[in-house]
Amino acid sequence: MTKNIKLMQGNEAIAEGAVIAGCDFFAGYPITPSSEVMEVLSNKLPKIGKAFIQMEDEIAALGAVLGAALGGAKAITASSGPGMSLKQEHIGYASMCEIPCVIVNVMRGGPSTGLPTLPAQGDVMQAKWGTHGDHAIIAITPSSVNESLYETIRAFNLAIKYRTPVLILTDEIIGHMRERVVVPDKNDVDIIDVKLPDVPPEKYNPYNYTSGKVTPLAPMGEGYRYHVTGLIHGETGFPSQRTDVIQNAQNWLMDKIYKNIKDIEKFEEFQTEDAEILIVAYGSTSRSTRQAIMMARSAGIKAGMFRPITIWPFPEEQISNLSKRIRKILVPEMNMGQIIFEVQRNACGSQVYGLNIVNGEPIAPDQIYTKIKEIAGL
Amino acid sequence: MIKTKFNYDKYLRKNTLPHIWCPGCGDGIILKSLLRAIDKCGYSKDEIVITSGIGCASRLPGYVDFNTIHTTHGRALTFAIGIKMFKPRLKVITVSGDGDALAIGGNHFIHAARRNIDITLIVFNNYTYGMTGGQYSPTQPRGSYSTTTPFGNIEPPFDVCNLAQAAGATWVGRSTSYHAVQLEKFIVDALNHTGFSVLDVITNCHISYGRRNKMKSPVEMVKYQKEKAIPARSSQNMSPEDLAGRFKTGILFEKKDMPEFCSEYRKELEIAKTK
Repeated sequence: MTKNIKLMQGNEAIAEGAVIAGCDFFAGYPITPSSEVMEVLSNKLPKIGKAFIQMEDEIAALGAVLGAALGGAKAITASSGPGMSLKQEHIGYASMCEIPCVIVNVMRGGPSTGLPTLPAQGDVMQAKWGTHGDHAIIAITPSSVNESLYETIRAFNLAIKYRTPVLILTDEIIGHMRERVVVPDKNDVDIIDVKLPDVPPEKYNPYNYTSGKVTPLAPMGEGYRYHVTGLIHGETGFPSQRTDVIQNAQNWLMDKIYKNIKDIEKFEEFQTEDAEILIVAYGSTSRSTRQAIMMARSAGIKAGMFRPITIWPFPEEQISNLSKRIRKILVPEMNMGQIIFEVQRNACGSQVYGLNIVNGEPIAPDQIYTKIKEIAGL
Repeated sequence: MIKTKFNYDKYLRKNTLPHIWCPGCGDGIILKSLLRAIDKCGYSKDEIVITSGIGCASRLPGYVDFNTIHTTHGRALTFAIGIKMFKPRLKVITVSGDGDALAIGGNHFIHAARRNIDITLIVFNNYTYGMTGGQYSPTQPRGSYSTTTPFGNIEPPFDVCNLAQAAGATWVGRSTSYHAVQLEKFIVDALNHTGFSVLDVITNCHISYGRRNKMKSPVEMVKYQKEKAIPARSSQNMSPEDLAGRFKTGILFEKKDMPEFCSEYRKELEIAKTK
């Protein structure tokens, strides 16, 4: 069979991936540098009978996504910087009510309006902690256009499987560059569909905190009448202030993600086998890192890369294992230092160095290479 | 004439009662009117979706046996739009307080109206943020008192109905929790309307609003509703002086056969298919 190869933009690849994943609903609000995701879907979704709407702001966009998701839709929104700040309210609601949805953040420089057209990686901690209260989140950092497509499909699958918002964190570079993409046939990729619960309506509870299994979210309007509230609720969905219910609910929101980390985690290792310097890099920064490692290798420095693809939950175990034998770790980020602290926490006493360049430009391979040489003592 | 007693139990989630509303609150009257109206329209419980925001009124969905979504403050209409657009066969109703619908949710309110999407919004308008202890809301009359207007409110209030009509709602009405029979009729009418319908219901919060404004008992507040309500028809020949401090009730605006969002979207799907 001939491969369907296309040249496309990162934002377009996300839209393409969403359609392949079976996306039923998009709601968004224009914002640079993510708008192409919305523009492409405004064209694609109506053609296949699916819903598209441009809302009055980013809060409304995620509200509409969650409303549709409660009706059983596979739903997605896309935004950036200031829009992501607005979306935090409903990311919390989606976490609390366990409503599956995919949220794309094409990262730009911040804080505030910041640098609308220039890349940054300043929202990695926001992705984890942006909304108030304790909750776990899944966030994915693709590093190429091709990966943007496939990771969008995986984001939909994880959202439905774990009934959680899933964030795709790309950046202005990945979002706007054009690359070769192998567009898969729907039948060649794993797709998790929205299903009716396997119990009759009278036996259905929308939540389950203790069995360890994620209860499927019954699409509303199919005979399963239940209540959804952002208040802490028991397994029946109704608000509760009982201490045991509160604790169970809080534990469950963390456990359903962290106890399934093996299924959620995804990473790439590049030349780590004999590495003496480890570089932990994600998103577009990992592209420059790959180049820098080749430069270092030709100069005789044994460098390697660990690249988280699922960045939340953070791959603690992998960092911990690698750091047992690699005692020098470099974390280049287009922010003032965010993931470096996660690496440090898990680095078993290895020396952890940061390379933090936040000037609107991508971090260049030679900047990383220079830092590698410095760490190597050359 | 013997009236058959309406069976509220059919629609109530009795295990979630008692409700949180204070004794004498008007919200229960609106709830009962809503249930009678839904019953009269003949909807099945499975096809009704009720969304709400945050506040006293927004606790209503928890008590009724439909598909119910108690959302975030001010945003109930956004969820309503999402589920209505995805499953247009469902009957979607949003209940919201005056602060919820018009302050924090004001943007969503006008845009839902502009789209003329087939959703019925019922505003439980008690001039106050009751749940948080009685701060002034965007419908609180000028000069009245609240926990955050200790010297009297200097801000003019929104007229929910004028705002809804100006923004594009195609059915606009007002009643009160005192006029329970009329209220039921208006809800039936709003539910039967195709397009965005807004029903402003003046209700009483004697605890948070009334007692700071010389109406500390529910009776005084109900009297206020009775005396200040002017049927729209009778108001036509009244001078602005006579109308001061009063509010019009009735079906204030209705425009049939205006393009409704979901059916317009279905037409767009047909066009998109050919492109």
